[in-house]
Amino acid sequence: MNRSGFKAFWAVLAVLAVIVAFWYVACVPMNIKGVLTEQERAGAEVQPPSAKDRRDMSELGLVLNNSFAIPATWEQDRPRLPAPHQVAIEMWETTVLKKITSKRSLIYHGWVTLSATVLGFAIGTGLGILLAVGIVHSRVMDMSVMPWAIVSQTIPIIALAPMIIVVLYSVGIQGIIPKAVISAYLSFFPVVVGMVKGLRSPDAMQLDLLRTYNASRSQGFWKLRLPASMPYLFTSLKIGIAASLVGAIVGELPTGAVAGLGARLLAGSYYGQTVQIWSALFAAAILAACLVGLLGLIERTVLKRMGMAQ
Amino acid sequence: MNTESTAQPVIEAKQLDLTFQTNDGPVHALKDVNLTIDKGDFVSFIGPSGCGKTTFLRCIAALETPTAGTLTVNGMTPDEARRNRAYGYVFQAAGLYPWRTISKNIKLPLEIMGYSASEQEERVKKVLELVDLEGFGGKFPWQLSGGMQQRASIARALAFDADILLMDEPFGALDEIVRDHLNEQLLALWARTEKTIGFVTHSIPEAVYLSTKIVVMSPRPGRITDVIDSPLPKERPLDIRDTPEFIEVAHRVREGLRAGHSDE
Repeated sequence: MNRSGFKAFWAVLAVLAVIVAFWYVACVPMNIKGVLTEQERAGAEVQPPSAKDRRDMSELGLVLNNSFAIPATWEQDRPRLPAPHQVAIEMWETTVLKKITSKRSLIYHGWVTLSATVLGFAIGTGLGILLAVGIVHSRVMDMSVMPWAIVSQTIPIIALAPMIIVVLYSVGIQGIIPKAVISAYLSFFPVVVGMVKGLRSPDAMQLDLLRTYNASRSQGFWKLRLPASMPYLFTSLKIGIAASLVGAIVGELPTGAVAGLGARLLAGSYYGQTVQIWSALFAAAILAACLVGLLGLIERTVLKRMGMAQ
Repeated sequence: MNTESTAQPVIEAKQLDLTFQTNDGPVHALKDVNLTIDKGDFVSFIGPSGCGKTTFLRCIAALETPTAGTLTVNGMTPDEARRNRAYGYVFQAAGLYPWRTISKNIKLPLEIMGYSASEQEERVKKVLELVDLEGFGGKFPWQLSGGMQQRASIARALAFDADILLMDEPFGALDEIVRDHLNEQLLALWARTEKTIGFVTHSIPEAVYLSTKIVVMSPRPGRITDVIDSPLPKERPLDIRDTPEFIEVAHRVREGLRAGHSDE
């Protein structure tokens, strides 16, 4: 590791430490009321003793009056805000210690969501590229498709997702497809925008040059526009895959799906299992980071092979 | 075809007019331009910006369409000539594709025109040698200096058999030392290939050093104010620029440019 890489590593670690510390501190006021109720039931003396008085008091005041209860705010069964180590332990137990086939394995649920994400991403990317090619080559499509593409993204996906699922279910399509459709719906847009910009990136001089060769439109596309659009495409893909994951999770929420990270979130909120919710959230975040990182790796390899990265 | 071209000028413009319609009203880019370029000429177009020198070159290349007058290239309309790939065009920027190596960049017109793979290889080798870039075929553009990139773009314009080479301020962005060197090489290349060259510049020494014919232009409206047939010999070492003949031609060009400005 070189010097600047070393520095960056410590900087990231410092930021992480600050976040974790803040998180632990935040757990104390967030959980203090619940903890005090539990402690009271267990026979401890809490200030003030009446539950009604405690309800009207600020969390900060409760913490100051009952500092003995602070460690317990990090160890509750169903805390409002679970402490980092609780989430970490839950994640460890539901990934490494569970069999992948188990219904409680996060890897199993992650895989269910991932497969819908990837399928939706593939559909969305394909659709996005096709639309972009059409928009760049046809003025009619430019005027007609682009406004609709923009409008499509202004509709809250959470409102639209149940409709998509209901409509597809009524024509006999269920399972992974409806989720993938929602993923595709979210991921096609950045691809369209990025590809249109990329396909239009060659300047007037480069287009003139092809004209002096009497090149056809398709030659212009394959030899100039498409390769020129590659850096733009990869930037869009990285946004698209993250949007795709969000789409797949949202697609799992309204159906009462039994599998997937969305289902884990939903089940967790039904039963007040905040630790489960947080660990599903982190699983989703880690999954997104891996997907974006993977695309970044592919981007670097491809652009390097094309000679566009130095 | 050779006998035909000696009988007929390569490029002939008669009463050429071009008016651009812009938001600020019409702009008279070219007015009453008459010019004949013979085979093997090296013609420079010089003048201040807005004088229409680049516009005229673009008309020859059928990248702009004149609004009046006649213009023939190899006895055809400019657009027919373009479709027959009658000319190679070198722009101010090298405009090499960053995702292609130098060889692959030079192959671009050859691929488009459907040359066979072996023919492509052969031609790339030949033109790389012409512009003194042997051994750089496998490099990417960013690995080359600005002057080398511009030479590669000239090689690209030479790769197919166009007997006209149109160059729009090809060395404008380069420093003077590199420029002198490239000017010398360009003359040698012209002597070897016997192409007809149209060359836009705003440097008086460059125009005088390179050309057999210097076209002095002035702006608003863009027009030709003087056409000078150079008395300099075809063999031109760099120090020809210190001879009285050279200085006299340069003086006449400067006078022409000044005249174009005074009657504004």
